Amino acid sequence: MKSLVQEGVETIFGYPGGAIMPIYDALYGYRDQVNHLLVRHEQGAIHAAQGYARASGKVGVCFATSGPGATNLITGLADAMIDSTPVVCITGQVASHLLGTDAFQETDVIGISMPVTKWNIQVTKAEDVCDAIAKAFYIARSGRPGPVLVDITKDAQFGETEYKYQPFKKMRSYTPMPKLNIDEVERAAELINSAKKPFLLVGQGILLSNAEEELVDFINHTGIPVASTLLGLGALSADHPQYVGYLGMHGNYAPNVLTNECDVLIAVGMRFDDRVTGNVEKYAKQAKVVHIDIDPSEINKIIPAEVGIVADAKQALSELTQKCSAGNHAAWINEFHVLEKVEQEQVVESSIHPVSEELRMAEVINLLSEKSKGDLIVVTDVGQHQMITSRYFKYKQPRTNITSGGLGTMGFALPAAVGAKLGNPEKTVVAVIGDGGFQMTIQELGTIMQFNVDVKILILNNNFLGMVRQWQELYFEERYSFTDIQNPNFIKIAEGYDIMSTKIEDRINLDRELQKMLDSKGAYLLEVVVGKQENVFPMMETGAAVNEIRLN
Amino acid sequence: MNIESITASQSEMDGVYRYTIVVNTSLDQVKKVVGQIEKQVEVLKAFYHEDEDVVYQEIALYKVSTKLFYNGSSERILRAHGARILTIERGFTIIEKTGHPEELQLLFNELKGFGILEYVKSGRVAISKPMKTLESYLNELEHDELF
Repeated sequence: MKSLVQEGVETIFGYPGGAIMPIYDALYGYRDQVNHLLVRHEQGAIHAAQGYARASGKVGVCFATSGPGATNLITGLADAMIDSTPVVCITGQVASHLLGTDAFQETDVIGISMPVTKWNIQVTKAEDVCDAIAKAFYIARSGRPGPVLVDITKDAQFGETEYKYQPFKKMRSYTPMPKLNIDEVERAAELINSAKKPFLLVGQGILLSNAEEELVDFINHTGIPVASTLLGLGALSADHPQYVGYLGMHGNYAPNVLTNECDVLIAVGMRFDDRVTGNVEKYAKQAKVVHIDIDPSEINKIIPAEVGIVADAKQALSELTQKCSAGNHAAWINEFHVLEKVEQEQVVESSIHPVSEELRMAEVINLLSEKSKGDLIVVTDVGQHQMITSRYFKYKQPRTNITSGGLGTMGFALPAAVGAKLGNPEKTVVAVIGDGGFQMTIQELGTIMQFNVDVKILILNNNFLGMVRQWQELYFEERYSFTDIQNPNFIKIAEGYDIMSTKIEDRINLDRELQKMLDSKGAYLLEVVVGKQENVFPMMETGAAVNEIRLN
Repeated sequence: MNIESITASQSEMDGVYRYTIVVNTSLDQVKKVVGQIEKQVEVLKAFYHEDEDVVYQEIALYKVSTKLFYNGSSERILRAHGARILTIERGFTIIEKTGHPEELQLLFNELKGFGILEYVKSGRVAISKPMKTLESYLNELEHDELF
């Protein structure tokens, strides 16, 4: 426990059990220094730790016991791995003499978690605990961040040892902060300086390296238009005149289409996920690509780079700004505006000001964005509501968009929102969740109740597993196989947890009730019943190129 | 992608283990795999080499009936293949050969005619031809780190 306090840990999400009891016993003596939230399921603990990390920039910490406790963390570990989220999980393990004997609640958590952690270690001696914890935090937060799991056997937890904590400094097999290659930066600057239609794509790497200011300096200086990936939203304010939108399968029309028109494509802290690229064979073939990423294995992984710069985004952008000449690309940016207008007319307008009687998801999110002026932390789950929120909420500040990107974990939002609130208590946290995902981790309402976590829960209820239904409609001849979901009475459930709640079905109540939710003190649940069969457009179909994205 | 063989042992440096992994695939895929291996926190360095860039050996043991030696062909076989005998027991004899996989296979094919009781082959051990030592890479790594 002392080691954790030394690492600056203030908040822990966890669930006790047999093999982690000595740690919980020690925690009891640290209640004045460390805030522990008892979750209702270990998956809730790790998603909360992820939400905490994403909102605060600090390492999220969770505790779980051996066996089922540890295996329940796996989904969250995989999520944190693919979304580069710094998390340290401490799991209890059966006593070392019982390892490998199929003891009660024994599982090979090191083996199971290996592919979904950045690093993991099993500690079987008390004297090794301090070093393992120090190394775990160092690895989780440095370089490209990621989840780390420390499995401590019960005898090591009971053992007594001299406390000798030292922060971990370096290991020779691991270079978290690669040296910036100035020659490569110069080559990149040459390409950018001679480009007629340069286009910048930013990802979560900007947020992870706190490079938001360097990004603004770079684009103000060069005049280059910027688009964001899902996890990059918030890295640049949506109000910035050079911000041209959100990339990917359900992203904005202009940045997707014009990816295949630019002559130099600069990608910073993003990994060319297939949801961004569509068909890679037809992705930006005309462009010279400059790829900046802290992880060398990302360069040339999906899209071959003319110039690959392995570096921290902050350092690379600041160096690049110095090497690039000032520019103005007004005519090129105007091409984005022309297409933006097409999208506005064909998609956006009818989505945010629908004529239908039914409420549409986009109008709810658009109104939420306007009412809050973007000054919220928005946590989303996975599915249609997530894509709609990413499209229609105008993120203006870093670390205000928390969602499960790479793994697409339904059930992420509710616990992650708990973590986000703890990670940044000053901000209003709104969890936008679909009716399906809400029920995957609905038990965390108990955590919200017990610890008075001020989370606003906005359920967009279409009584369908909407994204899968959309695909069934478009690609499986409307054979709605098990996507029609019968929901419980969410208001009664909220009542059961002492959480204030309202349900609305009519447009006339939307403005008032959204305001009531934002103004409420403490946790609040607002259920908005939306059209059952709404589709999210634009949409890039499987195998389609970015410029073949459909508007309807 | 299938792993043809994997061999691990202590290297010339204390505490540093060396893994030799043989795969048959495209250069592009190999580069990606090497990138992912090197990304592992505990991995010091990962290299890839084509066959021409390394000196390599594999070892095979062949257990054959000792009766094989009664017909007089054994001397020719052993000489031709540069193989040697490790042990001769009443019922069986164990022949050892080191070499490239094709060479081991040739001996296998020849002995097969007489009946092979058991056959086992190691993975590849290999040393790259370039003269840069592992130690010099490690020194570079130590100096490269910025904090």
